Amino acid sequence: MAEIRVMREDLLPPKEPPRRHLISIGDLQREDVERLLGTARNFERSLERELKKLPTLRGKTVVNVFYESSTRTSSSFELAAKRLSADTMSIKSTGSSVDKGESLKDTALTLGAYDPDVIVIRHPQIGAPQLVARYTGAHIVNAGDGKHQHPTQALLDLYTIQEELGRIEGLHVAIVGDVLHSRVARSNIQALALMGARVTLVGPPPLIPRGIEAMGCEVSYEIDAIKAADVVYVLRMQQERMAEGANYVPSLREYTARWGVTPQRLRPGQKVMHPGPMNRGVEIDPVVADAADALIEQQVRSGLVVRMAVLYDLLTHGPAGVQAAAVHEIGAA
Amino acid sequence: MLFGKQGREDLIVRGAHVIDTAAGVDAVLDVRVDGGTIAQLGTNLETNAHRIVDGRGLVLAPAFVDPHVHLRTPGREDEETIASGTAAAAAGGYCAILAMPNTEPVVDSAAVLGSLGETAEAEGEVPVGFLAAITRNEDGAELTEMVELADAGAAGFTDDGRPVVAPGLMRRALQYSSVTGRRLALHCEEPTLSKNGQMHEGAVSAELGFAGYPSVAESLMVERDLALAAYEGQPLHLMHLSARESVEALSRAQVAGVVATGEVTPHHLCLTDEAVRSLDPNVKMNPPLRAEEDRQALIAGLRDGTIAAVATDHAPHARHEKEVPFEAAPFGVIGLETAFSALYTHLVEPGLLKLDTLLERMSAGPARAYGLEPPRIAVGAPANLVMLDLQASRRVSETEFRSRSSNSWLLGETVKGQVRLTIAAGRVAFDG
Repeated sequence: MAEIRVMREDLLPPKEPPRRHLISIGDLQREDVERLLGTARNFERSLERELKKLPTLRGKTVVNVFYESSTRTSSSFELAAKRLSADTMSIKSTGSSVDKGESLKDTALTLGAYDPDVIVIRHPQIGAPQLVARYTGAHIVNAGDGKHQHPTQALLDLYTIQEELGRIEGLHVAIVGDVLHSRVARSNIQALALMGARVTLVGPPPLIPRGIEAMGCEVSYEIDAIKAADVVYVLRMQQERMAEGANYVPSLREYTARWGVTPQRLRPGQKVMHPGPMNRGVEIDPVVADAADALIEQQVRSGLVVRMAVLYDLLTHGPAGVQAAAVHEIGAA
Repeated sequence: MLFGKQGREDLIVRGAHVIDTAAGVDAVLDVRVDGGTIAQLGTNLETNAHRIVDGRGLVLAPAFVDPHVHLRTPGREDEETIASGTAAAAAGGYCAILAMPNTEPVVDSAAVLGSLGETAEAEGEVPVGFLAAITRNEDGAELTEMVELADAGAAGFTDDGRPVVAPGLMRRALQYSSVTGRRLALHCEEPTLSKNGQMHEGAVSAELGFAGYPSVAESLMVERDLALAAYEGQPLHLMHLSARESVEALSRAQVAGVVATGEVTPHHLCLTDEAVRSLDPNVKMNPPLRAEEDRQALIAGLRDGTIAAVATDHAPHARHEKEVPFEAAPFGVIGLETAFSALYTHLVEPGLLKLDTLLERMSAGPARAYGLEPPRIAVGAPANLVMLDLQASRRVSETEFRSRSSNSWLLGETVKGQVRLTIAAGRVAFDG
């Protein structure tokens, strides 16, 4: 009997790639980002054609481990995996062995025993994704580690900007608010700089980390600086960080008066973004949040297709190899 | 002030390159030890049926003194014991170490100190001096009974791991400790500035998102303590300096006549905050690794003598406590077994520090800072000797440590310069 040969490469199941992770935007090259955004666009078109589910990752397992509360990130990762026909499992720290004091290493070893293909992890401590990468064979996607990185948020923000403004290179983006405590800000500064945008950080001095200009951005303490930007990216004022006695700002009232993003402080046509969840009336005026120039809902929509692209890319082409090598070295030590 | 075994070794080291700058020795010589005491230096010495050690091609120097070791005993014997910590010290070329009092319980009473001394005499591979706390339980509230502690053999006083926060209490400690003749050794950290800090504040912490522990949190306390020491006319010793501004403040005070000494660790001399990008918990220490300009200032301070001593700040931690995300890991790394190799590789080989300077800052410098008799290679001196192979190199691995812990920043790194023999208080403590 003649051997059956598959003629079309694209009908073959994804090849087994070397293990790669998405832990930091720093793991990516510009062409990786461009490929990811292109893949996301293809997925968006396929979803428009009412083909809500693709068979691409059938038989793959994606485990979501969330040690911090999350609505949009965890739901969009779960939905992204399901749209690609992967099996998904979600673990939250409450109600799991973490409640009983299990270490992250042991949780990683336990999950690793099921041979998941991807582990999506959110954790309050910087470096948790690297640790999980060290003790499992899965591809790791960082869904937020402490104040360090939230790379898929930055990718979905790039995608949103690209789709709305047609380009990223040469744009001027002002990131406003609590940069000090924001992993979203760190990933976005890196991602925007990588793609050739100009970034200005705006906020009160105690909330702008010393030395951050080295990431390739400018700093201003004056809210008027946002007027020059094409996109105003508003960060959430994390109420839990602003507890009495923390003294980053004397009061939220004074913060809003001085640095709140209001219609008066914007010029017509400026796009406004926010990673959510918003504190309406604190960092962002409700009129701004609901205006036509706000891209906040688009960001949520982008989240789904971008996370589909990340899962697909990790299990097929792979966005980067840098981090895998770094993790391996630590593991060897 | 030191607790440990005395040896009566008879041996002769043949043909080693003997270096003891203070004694004015820098030549290829034989050294004969009779009954634990250096008896003769010269060439072609009579062997007297002694054990003969071939020193050809090796360096023989006064053995090292580590002014800053955490032996974790009592309380955390899973991390280190007096036996394991002193075995590690011997393997690192040390003939004496000073142990910090931040144990469980804290060394703040003569009873605890006395029992540690007895253990060191029974189990110690090298003599140990024990520092006692400045304040009870290191709580920063009430002074310990310093006179009784000194009588029980305390080598000095420190609340290491914590600063003495209240200036009024710091002043009382300087005043009262003077009657004991023992030094105060200070961990300089302004806690409201270092609060929650995980690493040096700068471009790297800004990028990684870690809460910063700024240089000024150390240097402000250094300035305060030096000002109080100047006012009271009392000496003091500044521990594990990390910031350029601290070195500058120490230098200014010394010029102004304050009797102040300083120490610096191998990791602050070899690494910068860039190393934290690995997120490896074995580069997390207090004070944190700082910027390149700080490292250069520390090297310059060690070179010109502003900083008298290399101190390992050997801080063993259980494996499971370091196998966690960086932010959850405790501060500290081990260093006794790698200090010389690390500094020889990172400072001497690239020409940043001369070998004889390094040997002095690892031996006589720290001894003098605490008023101990400096090890020396001279007839009549007790044999405290280290023999070094500068050509040998090794890859540092977890399995090599005599310490009970392996939280070293050098794991996987190839280093040059090996300790071949350590004689401490006239006794062969390590023979590798």
